[in-house]
Amino acid sequence: MTETGGPGGPDPAQIAQVIAEAIPFSRALGIRLTEAGPGFARLAIAYDERLVGDPKTGVLHGGVVTALLDSCCGSAVMLHPSRPAGTATMDLRIDYMRASTPGATLNARAECYRVTRHVAFVRGIAFETDESDPVAVATGAFTIERGEGREGAA
Amino acid sequence: MNRRKPEPVQVVKQRRDAALQRLVDGVPYIRFLGVRFERRGDELTAILPYSDHLIGNPVLPALHGGATGSFLEITAIVELAWSMVWERMEGGGEAARAIEEGRFPPLPRTIDMTIDYLRSGLPRDAYARARVNRSGRRYASVHVEAWQDNRNRPFVQATGHFLMPRRDA
Repeated sequence: MTETGGPGGPDPAQIAQVIAEAIPFSRALGIRLTEAGPGFARLAIAYDERLVGDPKTGVLHGGVVTALLDSCCGSAVMLHPSRPAGTATMDLRIDYMRASTPGATLNARAECYRVTRHVAFVRGIAFETDESDPVAVATGAFTIERGEGREGAA
Repeated sequence: MNRRKPEPVQVVKQRRDAALQRLVDGVPYIRFLGVRFERRGDELTAILPYSDHLIGNPVLPALHGGATGSFLEITAIVELAWSMVWERMEGGGEAARAIEEGRFPPLPRTIDMTIDYLRSGLPRDAYARARVNRSGRRYASVHVEAWQDNRNRPFVQATGHFLMPRRDA
């Protein structure tokens, strides 16, 4: 690295602000960023009757859990210390352990545990209050876009 | 032979369309996303009309992976639920009456979904079709594919496993 200043991507504070405010679909669903760290993100979504998947039970649609976990995993990638300029989901697998509890806020936590030049590997978990009683877990591979002049980065 | 005269085609169509509409309208999240379904016989095509709130990357812009993932999961679940409704409706008798009165079988529940994002979703309408590869007593395996302008260039596909409701439910 011969560039002055930090790596090409935006700094973590900017990223956190984008995640929190500038993603239309996240805003529409009411997804909030509750914690941000290096390669780590925590998101929450309040229970909302418009997001219900089964009217007989009042349980949120599986797609809502997918959206929350996808957002959380993507956020963790963008918050990785290698500072990607951008990312997109390549592959996401979600395992649904149980139905979410009607009325409860759903939380998600994701960590980007490995990054190569072009790929980020992420895992995430969705739960209400207790991480040992997950609603769903996710495993994903995300693309890493490097900014201008970043091709030499390891 | 004393065969009953078939029902007029409009009556049959209306009954099937009404059942599909009822199934879809019952799910708040389908309304929230604005997903609609078109029917040709028992074949369904899901439509996700473009809307600004579906964007995940405003710079490109591109549809949110969670929005397209949700779209595929909705398509898979409705396909499975519809196959149960169709079977009951066409079988006649008490089961068909139940459907007509809006008493639907419980919805299948997602066990897992693997979503393969092939290219970014453009800010325009998307379409999807699901294929049930296995439908057993308890488990079903479904493949879903979504495209935008070109049917032969899917932008996202997924495979999911689903827990089916009990037959007598």
